[in-house]
Amino acid sequence: MLKDQDRIFQNLYNDLGPDLTSSQKRGDWVNTKEITDKGRDWIINEIKDSQLRGRGGAGFPTGLKWSFAPKEVGSRPHYLVINGDESEPGTCKDRDILRFEPHKLIEGCLIASYAIQAHVCYIYIRGEYFVDGQKLQAAIDEAYEKKLLGKNAAGTGWDLDIYIHYGAGAYICGEETALLESIEGKKGQPRLKPPFPALIGLYGCPTIINNVETIAVVPTILRRGGKWFASLGREKNTGTKIFCISGNVNNPCNVEEEMNIPLKELIEVHAGGVIGGWDNLQAVIPGGSSMPLIPKDKCETLTMDFDSLMAEKSGLGTAGVVVINKDQDIIKCMARIARFYKHESCGQCTPCREGSGWMWRMLERMAKGEASKDEIDMLGDVTKQIEGHTICAFGEGSSWPVQGLLRHFKDEIKKRNKFDPIVKENKNIPYLVDQHLLDKNA
Amino acid sequence: MSLRRPAKNQPENFEFNPSSLEAAKSIVAKYPEGKQQSAVMALLYIAQKQNENWIPLAAMKYIAKFLNMPYIKVYEVATFYSMYNLSPVGKYFIQVCTTTPCMIRGANKLVEACKEKISEDESVLSNDKSCSWMEVECLGACVNAPMMQINDDYYEDLDKEKTLKILDKILNGEKPTPGSYRGRINNEPENNRKTLMDLKNA
Repeated sequence: MLKDQDRIFQNLYNDLGPDLTSSQKRGDWVNTKEITDKGRDWIINEIKDSQLRGRGGAGFPTGLKWSFAPKEVGSRPHYLVINGDESEPGTCKDRDILRFEPHKLIEGCLIASYAIQAHVCYIYIRGEYFVDGQKLQAAIDEAYEKKLLGKNAAGTGWDLDIYIHYGAGAYICGEETALLESIEGKKGQPRLKPPFPALIGLYGCPTIINNVETIAVVPTILRRGGKWFASLGREKNTGTKIFCISGNVNNPCNVEEEMNIPLKELIEVHAGGVIGGWDNLQAVIPGGSSMPLIPKDKCETLTMDFDSLMAEKSGLGTAGVVVINKDQDIIKCMARIARFYKHESCGQCTPCREGSGWMWRMLERMAKGEASKDEIDMLGDVTKQIEGHTICAFGEGSSWPVQGLLRHFKDEIKKRNKFDPIVKENKNIPYLVDQHLLDKNA
Repeated sequence: MSLRRPAKNQPENFEFNPSSLEAAKSIVAKYPEGKQQSAVMALLYIAQKQNENWIPLAAMKYIAKFLNMPYIKVYEVATFYSMYNLSPVGKYFIQVCTTTPCMIRGANKLVEACKEKISEDESVLSNDKSCSWMEVECLGACVNAPMMQINDDYYEDLDKEKTLKILDKILNGEKPTPGSYRGRINNEPENNRKTLMDLKNA
């Protein structure tokens, strides 16, 4: 288990209070000026040395992302945008940072803004977190009052203004370009990349977008050194991470742990074990609903980091661990996730807009045992036709969980769905599985 | 995608009241000059608060004029985002999360409670027109599942019995206390905390 002094979010459980004075006691804002005095290159190099990867899901190296910002500010100002549109089912880490560790985030914003030469920072918070957003606003007001923000923020000689922008219930706004569209006051529909936001982003200006957790760990990394951060976890998967363990466990919780921690340790030690015992475990979604599930036999030895989960054809994503035990109907669980994606598709690309609904309807019927045998392969086909054929990664996010189900629980689906609309078994005639032909009343 | 339509009965006029107007002006000031369109989301939200939790078409027209942008652009935004209610939802708007992490911890019991107390179908006003409920997608409090949101506040760690009590309070016109209904004040593992123990005991 990670040593307590190596935990970055000392106030994750709000033992000490989120206000400025308590935060300063924990070491926030102490020597911000000393950090910025070391210069932009030092900051970016230190973050590169720490091998910090984005905590929002994709795991892109943060130092590298910052280095994409233009070195000189031209006619267009630079912007820093913080992505707090946490909507991935199974994930609730940013909420705790907003309400319990707001000053880590604000200080991180100042340092990051300095590094990429931005004078304005927008924090995009999902509309449902209005109450938690108000708590962050209170912390921002406090920082303005103590001259930690505004002109010559915290004595660093850098001017910074932070504004909160609330979303309004669209999952897709967690995608960085959709988020920019949303701040510009439009529908949250992702943009084509390239051009990448680092060059043409918010209002057409260079913009760096980072997750709340990524920015909140930056001040601590710079204080304790990139080497310290890199010594935790393993190569290319360094540091600590807040894991959210939800679902069928005895004590659902958020906990900050080292990268590369065994999944079994997370569940058994921190979350109090699976309801009904470890043997009652059916599957685990390791990184928020977009990541393919992992069946029980692999959970024994699995370690939680970007690359080891990638090797299992899944991913760390946002580290929202959803535990599903044998009391649950796994097909129904996945059908519900498919319904989520059907609801949240922005409707811009046809494969995703139509395909997400198609997958949902098929899975619903499979859960009831009303699907035909052919449809199981057809479902796999549909996922392949969505994946990679959309503007943003939503296509992958919606089709991967279904692919995961097919990969590991195909037998379960086959066992339940024996309906054969054709006399000859397993004859592949696609047009015969149209929905109206399967309708019992037709 | 979800299908969203404006209500049939629309008021003829809408105007910000003085406090809304002040809030709206301070929000427009957050964005660079000439980019006031950015404020449209926040302004729609203010209009929704002022108008008992829903946005009439007149408000969209008013906001379009206020921000000097085409009405259709405001309409687009209002119909795209799911938190804008386009028809009356009552003074108390109850949103029950039923996405997988909540579902496997019994969110359907919460839905049952809503059906018993408020109305058989979602998005239908209760008999006294004070509240309505609907199923929504993940609200981002998965370790506090199952949970629901009433207006701005989260009600966490629920079961059917506790939900029925909350709904009773609402139907009586009282505001129930938000937060966890198992007494949790943070997201630590209940009775099983292994980390940062020095701080807990301090």
